[in-house]
Order: sequence, then structure tokens, then C-alpha cells
Amino acid sequence: MIDVRGLTALAVADGVRVGKWRARDVVEPYLDRIAQLDGALGCYLRVDADGARRQADAVDAACKGGRDPGPLAGIPLGIKDIFCTRGVETTCASKILRGFVPPYESTVTARLGAAGAVALGKLNMDEFAMGSSTENSAFQPTRNPWSPAHVPGGSSGGSAAAVAASLCAGATGTDTGGSIRQPAALCGVVGVKPTYGRVSRYGVIAFASSLDHPGPFGRTVEDAAALLEVMSGLDPLDATSIPQPVGGYRQAARSGREGLAGVRLGVPQEYFQPGMDPEVETAVRAAIDELARAGAQIVPVSLPHTKYAIATYYLICTAEASSNLARYDGVRYGHRAEQVRSLEELYTHTRGEGFGAEPKRRIMLGAYVLRAGYYEAYYGKALRARRKIADDFSAAFAACDAIVTPTSPVPAFKFGERTADPLAMYLADVYTVAPDLAGIPALSQPCGLTRAGLPIGLQTIGPALGEEICFRVAGAFEARTDWHTRLPPEPAL
Amino acid sequence: MARIGPQEVLELASLARLQLTTEEVARMTDDLAAILDYVDALRTLDTTDVEPMTHAVPFDCPLRVDRVAPSLSAEEALANAPRRTESFFEVPRIVPVAGAPEDDT
Amino acid sequence: MSVADYEVVIGLEVHVQLATRSKIFSWSSAAFGGEPNTHTDPVCLGLPGTLPVLNRAAVDSAVRLGLAAGCTIRRRCRFARKHFFYPDLPKGFQISQFDEPICDGGAIKFRLHGEPHEVALTRIHLEEDTGKNIHAAAGVSFVDYNRAGVPLCEIVSEPNIRSAEEAAEYVRAVRSLVRYLGIGDGNMEEGSLRCDANVSLRVRGAAAYGTKAEIKNMNSFKNVRDAIEHEVKRQATLLDRGERVAQETRLWDPARGVTQSMRSKESAHDYRYFPEPDLPPLVVTEQQLTDFRAALPELPEDRFARYTGPGGLTPQDAGVLIADHEIAGYFDAVVAAGAPPKRAANWVINEVLARVSHIPDLAFDNPGLEVGPSALAELINLIEDGTLSGKLAKDVFARMWTERRTAGDLVKAEGLAQVSDGAALEEICKRIVAAHPEEAARVQSSPKLIGFFVGAVMKETGGKGNPKAINDILKRLLGS
Repeated sequence: MIDVRGLTALAVADGVRVGKWRARDVVEPYLDRIAQLDGALGCYLRVDADGARRQADAVDAACKGGRDPGPLAGIPLGIKDIFCTRGVETTCASKILRGFVPPYESTVTARLGAAGAVALGKLNMDEFAMGSSTENSAFQPTRNPWSPAHVPGGSSGGSAAAVAASLCAGATGTDTGGSIRQPAALCGVVGVKPTYGRVSRYGVIAFASSLDHPGPFGRTVEDAAALLEVMSGLDPLDATSIPQPVGGYRQAARSGREGLAGVRLGVPQEYFQPGMDPEVETAVRAAIDELARAGAQIVPVSLPHTKYAIATYYLICTAEASSNLARYDGVRYGHRAEQVRSLEELYTHTRGEGFGAEPKRRIMLGAYVLRAGYYEAYYGKALRARRKIADDFSAAFAACDAIVTPTSPVPAFKFGERTADPLAMYLADVYTVAPDLAGIPALSQPCGLTRAGLPIGLQTIGPALGEEICFRVAGAFEARTDWHTRLPPEPAL
Repeated sequence: MARIGPQEVLELASLARLQLTTEEVARMTDDLAAILDYVDALRTLDTTDVEPMTHAVPFDCPLRVDRVAPSLSAEEALANAPRRTESFFEVPRIVPVAGAPEDDT
Repeated sequence: MSVADYEVVIGLEVHVQLATRSKIFSWSSAAFGGEPNTHTDPVCLGLPGTLPVLNRAAVDSAVRLGLAAGCTIRRRCRFARKHFFYPDLPKGFQISQFDEPICDGGAIKFRLHGEPHEVALTRIHLEEDTGKNIHAAAGVSFVDYNRAGVPLCEIVSEPNIRSAEEAAEYVRAVRSLVRYLGIGDGNMEEGSLRCDANVSLRVRGAAAYGTKAEIKNMNSFKNVRDAIEHEVKRQATLLDRGERVAQETRLWDPARGVTQSMRSKESAHDYRYFPEPDLPPLVVTEQQLTDFRAALPELPEDRFARYTGPGGLTPQDAGVLIADHEIAGYFDAVVAAGAPPKRAANWVINEVLARVSHIPDLAFDNPGLEVGPSALAELINLIEDGTLSGKLAKDVFARMWTERRTAGDLVKAEGLAQVSDGAALEEICKRIVAAHPEEAARVQSSPKLIGFFVGAVMKETGGKGNPKAINDILKRLLGS
């Protein structure tokens, strides 16, 4: 049996495409690993073994029949449970969606499937993607493969942990305030949030519509690039989807091996502030030095409105979330309260029982800031602040080609450490929310381990539609370091 | 603090159709007050003459051609319904309320 | 005080369903009816993860309506989410427009008591329709989402309407405009045109508006007039007694002829509008406006002016003809085929409209129509050139309608051509006069007896005699 631990997605596809192995031969060991190890980690909410085998067999049939099995042939992927999958229960890790089986497929998963990828199952997450630790899942915790006492980050914690633990060769995620990059950093894998609209949101359950960015997780920069190339592109079902042609992300990632001559990398002082873990700062500074040795010119830049980013983010995302979550009423799908005496009770009981604490908090805050009379002071103000934060980046990109920062101010924290104080949890996103507000691409990759053995992430931020520069910089760093080859210890059986 | 009290929390919960327990109301009151205090920092930011950024994409609304594609069947549409009667979704009897745009009898 | 001491203040919100093929934000059919929940798709059902994509035909319809009503079309407008919980609203919000509607201002023009009149508009905006709640027995209600997502234009008038009759005429004019533009069928019974009225009273001369009540469920022009008339009386009675009018929504009950309060919730609605993040701003270009303006059809009031020009139709006839674009189009086609306008108007109004129950059947290209405009013109021209008598023509038309034959065919086959041959008529007249010597002698003293002779001659010709010719001959023979 193939040992898939540490296997890259592209190695799987290359092997399938050249006939080194069959897709089915790769899927089985992943299913075995999940069966053996996921009980301890809790990455998967649902494994679709039959569906995965069916898809793998279809890839093998294509190969056998001399047809192109697609660029992602046989790559076993984990799918964040926020992506609607036709015929496969999709819950967003919420009790209110328990039992919901979509009659449609998200554009992202449809494109991945058409490219030959195989979906192993649905991955755990914070309920409705609200959280930074996956502790808000209504169903189970997910443990950080590097240390079971620590969270994997969130909201795409299941995705990051599953890739880190080789329970899939790649994964999908969504990033609204850092939900791909922060767990990627905390689990030591690569996570990419592309330009807003680059990847279609159709079939991705909405949290905050103007901030939701679907994107990939990979073990390497090129893996993530290959997945993003397939996920990206204009979608007639998403009116905010970008019409420009998709870039050559894999090529950009590979070009980083040639070094970064002529590339100006901005380092914002505002991202190196008190409160940052010293080990994180040391690792990120060392990474920046490495990028300089690769030929990049390091320039100081300023993002003066960074300090407003979290407040801006929470006003916008809660307003949009309160709206997006209004549809969960127990009428058409999902949980419905029993023994209600009136329509009012149907609504209040269904929603009171179905939503967890964090969605409730955000629904309430969102309703508050949108109320007549408060709108301008809160929501309107936040939309203006958002513009200023986006303008900061535009100004900075006049002086540099990409910006490098820590992804998270701290490595993975312990379970329960931040759950008591929602604000403390919100601050975990301090370095990731601004690119979401600006809608610009950003990537996190592993750049070190703490003395305790917890991963540290380096974030590269590009201008709008500048995914290629992000991949080039990340590719350069990866070519000169071996952090991406480190594997977490195997969970005790 | 005290910019939001339990009464307003209950009003919001009613507006958002969320049933909250007494404990939840207390906790929510504290949490919302703390968060509102935190976001108060925005007040110091001068946003005069700044255009609100409602979308992260710079382009105009794309339009679709007026073409009909197949409907879901009634069975597909109702497949996830917790309660149904024949080909209808079922809800507790609606007592018409003001504010709804219309009500068909 | 009496009703006459109060000034009535009415503002109307008219919702017009746009006759697009598919829904405003998704691909399922926007057609009326259908088995329950068979015109749906994941988007209009509000399933999680689905997104709206705007239908170009809905935008075009709104722009054309706005141009026809003289509105200012916003070159850039936005959609907004309007939040409320109701079973027929799948997403918990309705995608509508709030502070940036597609059309501002404008007016609806019509005639009131024969005089040109107009009601100013506040705005016209685009939004999606809701599904339908059906109140079943036994403590439950049912929901059908076929209608969810059908495109609507909401036309909001200024509160400048002063009577129930004016309100009803305004709604009629909106319906007419919508149908002229071909953007909707304006069918109030099926709900493709719906109307809510905000009604308040104030003492004449007062500056401030009184408290208004919103009246719903008026699904005919008559309902609009009756409901508002009733509401005005109700409010006047309250005010006379020194009581207050409650700000509330009231439902018109046409069976009982009263408006009734809907149980209103304590908290005022707070719709928590905010810009729809799933739809970027909608842009209408100058070129589009130019093209749409150039392609607008002749509108009802322009048509009225054309019909009532010098030597034209009476305002009454013109009013009947312009009420529907199909009627006016039919009339125009009859005239275009050579019939004199006044006579054509008489025939259309008295004969054609009496037989057509479904006005859209008059569409000029409807091959199923019993008597098309050119066939009617042929008939009229046979009367004009004296081939067919007016008396017989009505029977011929009736047979044209039922037998689907042309007037020329009927006249020829049945020998119905009018006898205008002077010698033949003279012969008959002489015979009749000779047969009635007593009456002939009395004609001098009682001129009305000439009618007796005309009738007798007509009878003899089987109704085909030219009445004018007969009259002339008899007068000569009888020396009257």
C-alpha cells in the first residue's frame, strides 16, 4: 500500500497521470488513515468513502480509456463543510443545518471534481465559519496535529489539520477574516485566500458575503497553486465573480526557485507590534531575511489604518451574517423546533435551539448595527473605514510588489484559552482581516516551529489579482527552506 | 459600559427571532457591551468624504439573459423540508401581521 | 364636521409583476400559476450558498417604464436587502432597492372627469416577489414558492391623490401604461398588479398630514375605489368624535365592504436595509437610455391627443379606445386599412368590444381573432361606398364573427348588395304608392307617413334598398 503520509497533491496526480499508480490505490490508504487516526483528531464531520471510490474509479477509467483524467487526477481532497455538495449532507458545522442535503453542487467542488480530484468527505469548521479555533463547531473539536492540547485555528481548522496530518492531500477552505491563513499557519501548511471574486462563492454557505473568499490548502506552495488554478475563474452564477483570465499560479510558484531579483517586498511596521509572540517575531524576521537573501529588496511600508481593521471587520461581518442567517427558519430545510404553538415560536425556538453561541452573538450584533438610527454610526462608518484600509494597501503597493507579515501574532493556543472572551478570539485575526477587507490575495506558508513544536506562519500579501507574485515569493521561500517538509507526529493510536 | 441593557438585548432577540435563555441574555448583554466598546475606536477615524466600500470588486453588476432553465421538481424542492403537506411547505397557522408585504388568503 | 371638511391625502404603492420568462435573480419560470413548488430553483428557494444574478429583461422593463413615466433614470443604482421574517420570504430578506432606486420622480398621466390630470411619482424600484402563503384549516398554513423571485416594479406615488376615484383612475392608468409597454399584463385578479394605499385625512387648510392607515388587499379598480371611500368615511367618523386614527395596516374585505385592522405588532418594523453585497451596483448607460427612448411605443395620452385632434373622435370614444393598447392598436389597424376613423371607432366600440371578453385577443397578429381589423375595414368600406346598408351591415358583422367569413364574401354569396339602381327602386316605389292611396293622400298633412312608405319599400327590397335613394324617390312621387 502506498504510504501517503507527507505525499504532495501534485505527486499523487503526476503518479496517476503517468500510470505509476491508480487513483483508487491512493484513495484507499487515505480512507484507511482517516479511519485509524481521525478519531483522535476530529477533522472530518463526514467521510464519503463510497463517493470517493466512485470518483477515483472514474479517474482510473478515464486513464484506461486514454482520456485526460484532468490536472488534479486522483488527488484526494477534504472539503470544508461550508461547500454544498450535491447529495452529501452539508451542515456548516451547525445544528440548524443538520440533515441538509443540497440538490446542487458548489462551483468550486464541481470544478475540482471535473479536474479529476476526489472528495473524501466534509471537514469540520467553526459553526458558519465564525471563529478562529474550530471550537465553535456544533459537533466536535478538531485537534492540532502538532499538539492535541492545542486548537488547529479556524474557522477552516478541519481543513488545515487534515492536510497537516495527511488525512487528505489538499483541502478547500473559506477565508472571511483569516479562516484559511490562520489555521494554515497554526497547522504548518499552505493556505491561500485569493482576490475577492477570483473564486466563485456559488454553493458556499454565506457568512459575510462581501468578505467570503473560498481558497485552497496544500502541503506545498505549488500544490495550493494547482488547486487554486482549477478553483478560479468567472462563474455566471456569482455576480461578484471576476472576469479576468486566471493566472499561471503553478508557473509563478515554480519561478520562485529562480530567486526574487527585482522584487520589492514591503514590511509594514504596524504588523510587528507589542502582543506578538517573540518566537513568532523571530521566525518571521528570519524568513524575511531569507527572502532578502533570495534577492528581494526589503522596503518599509506603512498601513496606518491597521488598528481599525478588527473593529471594521466585526461591524461588517456581523451585519452581513445577521442577514445571511435570517433564512434558517425551519421551513425549507434543516432543524425545526418541535411543539411550537405559533409561527413566532417556530422562528424563535428553531433559531434559539439551532444556532450556537457565536452565531447568536453575531446575529445580535449585526441586527444592532443595522438598526435604523444606528446604521450610519456603525455600519456606514465601517464601510468608510474599510475604504481607508483598502487605500492603505493601494498606497503601499506603489512602493512594493508584495507585503510580508506574520500570519498570526501567536502560535496555536490551547482549548478553552480564548473561548471565555469573544474579543480575545477576534484578536487572533489581527494580521489577516485587512486583506479580507481590501479583497486582495494573501497566502500563508510555514516558516518555523516554536520550541514547543508548534508551527509559525509567514503571510505574503499581493495587490488585487496579484496571486502570481504571492506564489512567486512563497515559492522562493519554500525552495530555500524545509519547513514545508516537516510533518507533525503521528497521533497515538 | 452600560450602553446596552438586557431590555435592548431582548428587543434585538425579538427582531432577530432568537429565543434566548435568561443566562444567554445576561451573557449577551455583557458581550455586546464589550464589543461595542471595542468598536468605538472607529469614532476617532475621520471618514469625511470617504465613499463607503460596499463591494470589493470594482466592476458593474453583470446581467443574465432572460432564459428559463429547468425547475427543481416539487420533490426536490421539498426534499429537505422538515414538514410538508402534499406539495406545500407547512408552517403553523399564519396570523397576518403588519409589516409583511402581503398576505394571500 | 363632515367628510367634505377634510382633505383626503392618498399615496399609492403599486406593485407590477414584470412579464419576464425567468425570475429576477434566477432561472426558474416566472409564469403565473403552476402546480405548487414546481417553478423553483435553489436560488429562489433561498437555499444556503446560492446567489442572485440579475435578469437583464427585468432591468430593461423598469427602465422603459421609468422613461415612459418621465422619471429620471439613475445611471448607477443599488440593490438592498430588506429584512423581515415571513414564511413566503425564503431568505429572511427581500432583495429590493432602498436609497438608490432605479427611477426617481416622474408622473402618471391620465384624464380625470375628462380633464388632463397627472399624479407625481416618488420613485420606481425593482424588487423580487415573495412566494404565497395559503391558509389551510387545522392550525397550519401552506407555502408555495412558485412566485418567489418573480420580478416586480414598485411604483410609489407622491401623497397627492385626493379622492378614491382619482386613486382608481390612477391605478387604471398605471395598468394601461404597463400593458402599452408590454412589460406586464397588469392583471389585478391574478395579482400581477397589486395596490396598497396610504390614506389619511387633514382638516382643510392644515399643513401637517394626519396619521395614515395602509390599506391592502384591493384586487380590482372597484376595490380600490370602494376601499378608499370606506376608509375615508371611517377616518372622518373617528376624527369627528375626537378620536385618533391609528397608524396601522388594514385589510379590505370586499364581501363585507369594510377595512379591518391586521393585528399589528408592538414594535415598529425595522427592515435593517443595507446594500446587497452579492450584487455590484447596476449601471445604465446613456446609449441604453437613448435606445430605449427611441423604441418607446406611442403612450396612452399621446394616442388620446392624436385621436381627438381636429375632426377627430369624441373624448369619450377616444378614452375607450386608448384604455388598452390592443384596442387602440386594433382601431389603428382598421383606420390604416382605409376605414374612416369615426365610423371605425363606432364599430370597434359597439360591435367588436361587445364580443371580445379577453382584450389581449385583439392583438393585431392574432390569427384566432374572429374578425380582424382588415376584415372590419372591408365591411365599413362596403357601407361607405353604398354597397351594403347600415341596417344589414350589423347582421353581416354578426355572421362574419360566427361564420368567420369576409363581408365581401357574405354580400356576394347571399345577394346582400344594396339596391341603389334608380329604375328598379322607382318601379317598387310606384307600386307601393299605388297600393296605398289613402296614406299617399295624407302625406301632405302628416309628413311622418313618409316613413311608412320607406319601410314598405325596404321590406319589398328585402332590406337591401338604399334608404337615401328610396327616400328621394318617394318624396318626389308623393310631392312632399
